[in-house]
Amino acid sequence: MTPSATTGAARGAVPVRPAPSAPPATAAPGEASPGSRPASPPRRHLLSVADLGRGGILEVLHLADSFAEVSERDIPKVPALRGRTVATLFFESSTRTRLSFEAAAKRLSADTMTFTASTSSLSKGESLRDTVETIDAMGVDAMVVRHASAGAPHRVAGWVGASVVNAGDGQHEHPTQALLDCYTIREALARRRGGDAPDDFAGLRVAIVGDVRHSRVARSNVLALSALGAEVTLVAPATLLPPSLEGWPAVVSGELDPVLAETDVVYLLRMQSERMQGSFVPSLREYAARFGLSRERAALLAEDTLVMHPGPMNRGVEIDAEVLARSGALVTRQVHNGVPVRMAVLFLLLGAAPGGDGAAEAPR
Amino acid sequence: MSLDDVRRALVRIAHEIIERNHGTGDLVVVGLQTGGVPLAARLVELLREIDGTDVPFGTLDVAFYRDDIGLRPVHPEKATSMPCDLAGRVVVLVDDVLFTGRTVRAALDALRDLGRARAVQLAVMVDRGHRELPIRPDYVGKNLPTRRDEAVEVSEDGVLIGDLGPR
Repeated sequence: MTPSATTGAARGAVPVRPAPSAPPATAAPGEASPGSRPASPPRRHLLSVADLGRGGILEVLHLADSFAEVSERDIPKVPALRGRTVATLFFESSTRTRLSFEAAAKRLSADTMTFTASTSSLSKGESLRDTVETIDAMGVDAMVVRHASAGAPHRVAGWVGASVVNAGDGQHEHPTQALLDCYTIREALARRRGGDAPDDFAGLRVAIVGDVRHSRVARSNVLALSALGAEVTLVAPATLLPPSLEGWPAVVSGELDPVLAETDVVYLLRMQSERMQGSFVPSLREYAARFGLSRERAALLAEDTLVMHPGPMNRGVEIDAEVLARSGALVTRQVHNGVPVRMAVLFLLLGAAPGGDGAAEAPR
Repeated sequence: MSLDDVRRALVRIAHEIIERNHGTGDLVVVGLQTGGVPLAARLVELLREIDGTDVPFGTLDVAFYRDDIGLRPVHPEKATSMPCDLAGRVVVLVDDVLFTGRTVRAALDALRDLGRARAVQLAVMVDRGHRELPIRPDYVGKNLPTRRDEAVEVSEDGVLIGDLGPR
């Protein structure tokens, strides 16, 4: 396995396992290698949608197509990550994200380990750093981290040798949710328009409605959707917008009704009562009256407008149960697509060549 | 090997497939992504011309089954598509170049996950030697002795041998 001149110089310099003291910089710059095949450099972590950029997002979505096909087989399992270990570290509660990551890892034949804060030594006072270094010392290849504090996965990435996937950190980001949302929109557009799934969302109008202030889903989705070319409108009462929207590639509206008729996708956010210290809305009932997608309000939507929600839903607050029966409601589709999209993420982090030598030789 | 040579070899292979299987009854032709797919598609056309039957045509991507994941970048090319259940069928795997045999091994694993075929046969345009596994083709376009570090490419211009450059 002799590295050829070009690939050896470009990729051989990347250590397989950078020392834990390596800077927390995550994805290498997204430029293609000089070869004729576009090979993006190996990524170590997925901490923010911003690390991926447009090219990285599309790489995940295309790979997810392959894994969606795998998921539909009688035996929905491939040996791609056999012998690798994926640990899910959830310092904050979750149903769908953790199960989705575990299903993804298992369908790739990786072994999984589960850590839940409530049953761990955290309750004995162990620090976050000691906890993750302990788990790292057992030899895991990837850590899927959810934490109530923004930036926790970034810190973890600086401490451990494993690849780190951000599965939601406080009010900051939730990149895999944004990726699966983009995948779901892309799939729905392909079904509606016929033909291949579009790689460009130019002209697509997306309204993200609700508790933007506390929502990591909103942040990641604004980044991902705008990277793909969509026009994003944030709809929320002023109290539920972040203190500053400077640099956000989105416009803001304080009223839902005028936006509804003018949008292709309505993305409803959950009211995150658990993160609200103080009163941001007079009452949930009043919020629902102004910003909830009720049956009456849904009548304003065009026939084929897509309706999405990241879950868990507060029925009757953000969305009425009847609206979920609309043909454009994609809520269960979002959950369904979470598995192939997370397979793609894990595969890109763990399956791609770390050193890349032998790339020029394609054994048959 | 010129393009005409490739075409003639494919015609011969098509006849051999029909002869060996006494017709095309239970056959499924499966092209390996990506080099085997155009050859497999052409083979299906030839089988139709010769035997007058439509043989189901599938494609198989083995990226997730390779044993060298981690040694080289993996680029899944296109999703696998299988036209029918493989149970009880005779699968003819088609690839352009047979080299170490590792792609075929991965393909056999992938096929096993898709159903229990009655038999699997292997057709390749070029057998260039240097096998690393006990794998042998049933139908060969041409045996082409090569050095290990040479590259062989089957393209629309025929078969090319050259020094190994970055692909």
